[in-house]
Amino acid sequence: MTAHFKPESISLDQLKIGARASIASIDWDALEESEACRLKHFGFDEGVVVEPLHLGPFGRDPLAIRVGRMTVAIRRSHARAVRVNIPA
Amino acid sequence: MTPLPLVAVAGSPNAGKSALFNALTGARQKVGNYPGVTVERHSGRLTLADGRPVELVDLPGAYSLDPASPDEAVTRDVLLGKQKGERAPDALVIVVDASNLDNHLRFALQLIELGLPTIVALNMVDLAKRDGLQLDPKRLEAELGVPVIETVAVRKRGIQELQAALDDMISAPRCGVHEHAPSDLIPLQRRARDIAKAAVVSESPVRRWTHRLDGVLLHPIAGPAILAAVLFVMFQAVFAWSEVPVSWIESGIALIAQGAADVLPHGLLRSLIVDGVIGGVGAVVVFLPQILILFFFILLLEASGYMVRAAFLMDKLMHGAGLSGRAFIPLLSSFACAVPGIMATRTIDNPKDRLTTILVAPLMTCSARLPVYTLIIAAFIPDRTVGLGVGLQGLVMFGLYVTGVGGALLAALTLRRTVTKGGGGAFMMELPKYQMPQLKDVVIGLYQRALIFLKRAGTIILGTTVLLWALASFPQAKPGESQIEASIAGKISSGIEVLVKPIGFNRDISLALLPAMAAREVAVSAIGTVYSIDAGDDQSANVALEDRLRGRWSLATALAFLAWFVFAPQCISTIAVTRRETNGWKWPAFMVGYLFALAYIAAGATYWTAVALGL
Repeated sequence: MTAHFKPESISLDQLKIGARASIASIDWDALEESEACRLKHFGFDEGVVVEPLHLGPFGRDPLAIRVGRMTVAIRRSHARAVRVNIPA
Repeated sequence: MTPLPLVAVAGSPNAGKSALFNALTGARQKVGNYPGVTVERHSGRLTLADGRPVELVDLPGAYSLDPASPDEAVTRDVLLGKQKGERAPDALVIVVDASNLDNHLRFALQLIELGLPTIVALNMVDLAKRDGLQLDPKRLEAELGVPVIETVAVRKRGIQELQAALDDMISAPRCGVHEHAPSDLIPLQRRARDIAKAAVVSESPVRRWTHRLDGVLLHPIAGPAILAAVLFVMFQAVFAWSEVPVSWIESGIALIAQGAADVLPHGLLRSLIVDGVIGGVGAVVVFLPQILILFFFILLLEASGYMVRAAFLMDKLMHGAGLSGRAFIPLLSSFACAVPGIMATRTIDNPKDRLTTILVAPLMTCSARLPVYTLIIAAFIPDRTVGLGVGLQGLVMFGLYVTGVGGALLAALTLRRTVTKGGGGAFMMELPKYQMPQLKDVVIGLYQRALIFLKRAGTIILGTTVLLWALASFPQAKPGESQIEASIAGKISSGIEVLVKPIGFNRDISLALLPAMAAREVAVSAIGTVYSIDAGDDQSANVALEDRLRGRWSLATALAFLAWFVFAPQCISTIAVTRRETNGWKWPAFMVGYLFALAYIAAGATYWTAVALGL
């Protein structure tokens, strides 16, 4: 039997509430310039640990995410541009 | 005269920068606008120990010198000495949140690189301690190479030390600003994290207050319920608390008008003073109670950190209309009055989102429409139930509100795809720590809002009220002739009549439309004037007016008139405040144009549908 292929990362919007994971990569080109800039301002960077804390009440959007010592709100569509390593 | 040395206070959002600025300058602040942009310039004076005055300017909060919003662009331009209407700063105070150094040091590092004399205010050290964070300011000073002073701005701690440090700094010889090359944010951020790590002596994990509160306030069910309760209290207050001061203002104005009328000889001058000037001032001042009460709540919500949570809860719904969660409170406020609603759009940082919100705010059914709706409904809609205890009159009223909201949503969607297209429209916000609002900051904020309204919007409102008075007073009527018919306003109304005839409006309505520009509810009294009704009190005047209306208007005309008022921008104050908030006549002109067009179409459609149905 061949080993199951396991993806190494998932997108941030699929990370469960309360689960911590480090950022694997960010697809900066998927974001508009000012949006990419803002994510950088919030401290989004490879290796940084993020943790989803809350979801918006309507359509589980936007997401409140802890990044470093800050909590920030971003929409699900932007969270998709961030890939995180699957927590062990 | 050489200008005072300029000290810029800069920092990331939520660093407590404005509280520090307030602690340094007190209430002696000036609020202006940077030329060409809708970004406020807050400045104040500070006297150093040796008696030398310096000017402090509170720059808009920014995460870096690479702007993602117009506010941040102004901050960058001022710091680099490139902002029109601002001299280059001589020194810098950088405010950082002690419990968020990882992030805030990035901007601080960028600013220190500029080479200006710089002090870092390590702010909110008390909250950092509460969070179990022990910092070493000396180590931070060594890493950054500039003086670091611990402060707790809201308790005035460290303010004297900060002033003393400023003293030394202004006295020291200085060299020019380095050119800022767009830096790569990521390496800078990594360095910031390293320095922050080095400056932390110890960290004991505590469950933070903010996290616990968010568990409730952002809960999928409890969150929206609490938000609804907060808003309910807020609007109760806006209506209930403003009633008494508004009636005081109205009777005060009436008293002054009466006094002036008694003193002045009968004639044009008296009419100008009483109807034009005193009436005009009254029209401005009467907005103040609602503005102050609404902004009291908005400032509390902002300062406590709850405003961003409200936006978080509502973002998805607002996103459906092409807006962001930030637009929710301003639009809701517009149900009371569009004037404070439009002023409240300042909390929306995306310029396109903000503009769209301003443009649709007048569609929210404001309280000034109520007298018009009430009169027409009472006159034309039969007072009977349509089953289940639902009254037909109430249903029509509800329908008018729904039409307004629906119109606003459709307008927002359309605008966002056409004239206000692009600009990201993203919802990316920091959820700051919850904090106890400081009375002093709230009072300063309220004072500034009131001043802005009275000075900027007030002058336009007063001017147009006097202009409307002139139009309605000249030329003077001959005996036996109605003044409104004889005046220029009457002539203009004849022109309007030709335009509005196709949508079922008669001469009465066209005569009322122009004076109603001063305020929508004036339409009621204007129609009353046309019928030259002089009744003892308002109640009997209304009854009489209803009867007259029934006799002279068809139902189709009445319904068309209601449809018109849902959309028509019949309010000089709203137009004036839009000019003020968008910094020019372009957008108020556009707003007036599209709203009148909508009103015309809606009234016409209503009229002809009603006629076709044989109403």
